[in-house]
Amino acid sequence: MIPKKLIGMARTKSPWLIHLDCSSCNGCDIEVLACLTPLYDVERFGILNVGNPKHADILVVTGTVNHRNQRVLKNIYDQMPEPKVVVAVGACGSTGGVFRDSYNVVGGVDKVIPVDSYVPGCAPKPEAIIDGIVLALEKLAEKGKRVDQGIFERLAGTRDAITAR
Amino acid sequence: MNMENILAIALAVLLSPILGGVVAGLDRKITARLQGRYGPPILQPFYDVLKLIGKEKMIVNQWQILCAYVYLMAAVLTVVLMALQSDLLLIFFVLAVGGVFLVIGALAAPSPYSQIGAQRELIQMLTYEPLLILVFVSIYLVTGSYKISEILKFPEPLLIPLALMYIVLGYALTIKLRKSPFDISTSHHAHQEIVKGVLTEYSGPYLAIIEIAHWYETVFVLGICALFWHTNIPIMVALVTLTYLAEIVVDNICARLTWRWMLRHVWSAGLLLSFANYTWIYVR
Repeated sequence: MIPKKLIGMARTKSPWLIHLDCSSCNGCDIEVLACLTPLYDVERFGILNVGNPKHADILVVTGTVNHRNQRVLKNIYDQMPEPKVVVAVGACGSTGGVFRDSYNVVGGVDKVIPVDSYVPGCAPKPEAIIDGIVLALEKLAEKGKRVDQGIFERLAGTRDAITAR
Repeated sequence: MNMENILAIALAVLLSPILGGVVAGLDRKITARLQGRYGPPILQPFYDVLKLIGKEKMIVNQWQILCAYVYLMAAVLTVVLMALQSDLLLIFFVLAVGGVFLVIGALAAPSPYSQIGAQRELIQMLTYEPLLILVFVSIYLVTGSYKISEILKFPEPLLIPLALMYIVLGYALTIKLRKSPFDISTSHHAHQEIVKGVLTEYSGPYLAIIEIAHWYETVFVLGICALFWHTNIPIMVALVTLTYLAEIVVDNICARLTWRWMLRHVWSAGLLLSFANYTWIYVR
C-alpha cells in the first residue's frame, strides 16, 4: 500500500536504539548517554533511546559478555523485530578488551549475536559512538530491503520460537 | 447524507492525521529547544510511523491486533463525529470505548510492564473522564444543547462564562496528551515509564496504528478547546496554539507524579473549579 522506497527512507531517519550494558565498567555507558545531551543531541537524527527491545531498531551493547548475561543479550536481541542492527561499543564490547582472558568472560558481543558495527576505544568518544551508529544505519537500510522481500535473519533455533507466538 | 457531510468526513479522516503528526513534530522540536537541544525535523513523527509500518509483525496474541484497530477506529470516529457537529456525549462515549480497547490490548499480554501500564491507564481514564463530563455538562448548562451544531450558534465565546472549566479541560488535556506530570501510564519522546507502560507489548505496525490514533485524538482534544472560542476564527486558532504551548511548557517543567498524587490533585482542583464555575453559571 505504502511505497517501499518511502518506508526505506523512513527507516534510516528514525532509528530507535536500546542500550544494553553487559557487565561494562560504565565508562562506555556514560559516553553513550552523553550522546543524548544537548551538546551531541542524537535526536536531531531521529534517534531515540527507548527502553523496550520490541520498539528498537539498533541494539547498542557495551562491555564484555560473560556466561551469566549471554542469554540475556540473546533474549533481548530475539525480542527486537526485524530489521535490526547491533553496534558493539568499546574495546570490551568489540573483543572482550582487557578482560578477554578472564575465566568468566565469553568475549566480545560477536561471540553471541551478529554485530554490524564496532566502535573501538576505551571509552570511545561520543562522536565515535554516533559515527558507529550512523555506519550501522547503512546496514539497517540493506537489511530493510531484505525484510521487504520477506527474508529474515535469525539466530538458529529461535526462528520457530518467535513464529509460534 | 448530503455532499457537505461527505466532504466534512473526508476532510476529517484525511487531514486530521497530517495535522496531528505536524503538531507532534512541532511539539518535539519545541521541547528540544526548551531543553537547549537542536531537535528532530518537524516531519519526524511521520518517519517514525512509516518505519514502524515497515517493521516485522511481532505479536503476543491476536487480541492486540483487534484492540489496536478498534482504538484507531474509535479515534477516527470521534473526529468524524466532531466534523459532523454531532452530540458531545456520543463523542465522549466513543472516546471512552477506544481508551478501554487500548487497555484490553495491553492486558492481553502477560508482561508485567504492560499489565501495570494498563492499570495506570485505567486510573488515568478514571481521573479525566468525570472532568470531561463536567466540562460537557457545563457547556450544556450555558448553551442548552450537547449538539455541537447548536453550540456553534451560541452568540458569545464559551470561554467567558466557562473560564474555570477551561482550566479543568486543561487537566484532562494533559492526561489525554500523555504529558508530564500525568504521563504515568506511558510517555512520549524518549521518556520512559516502566519500559513503555501500556504500549510495551505493541510493536511494529500495531504501534504505528496506535500512534496514528493518538494523532486523531490530539486533533479531537484541540477541537474541544477550539469550541471555547467559536465566534472568531483567528482568536480560536490563537487560543488553541496558546493552550498547546502551555502544555509543552508544563510538560518540560514538571516531574512525573504518582497515581495517588494525580488522582488527589486533579480531582480536588478539578471538582473545586467546576463547583465554582457551576455556581457562577447559576448566579449570572
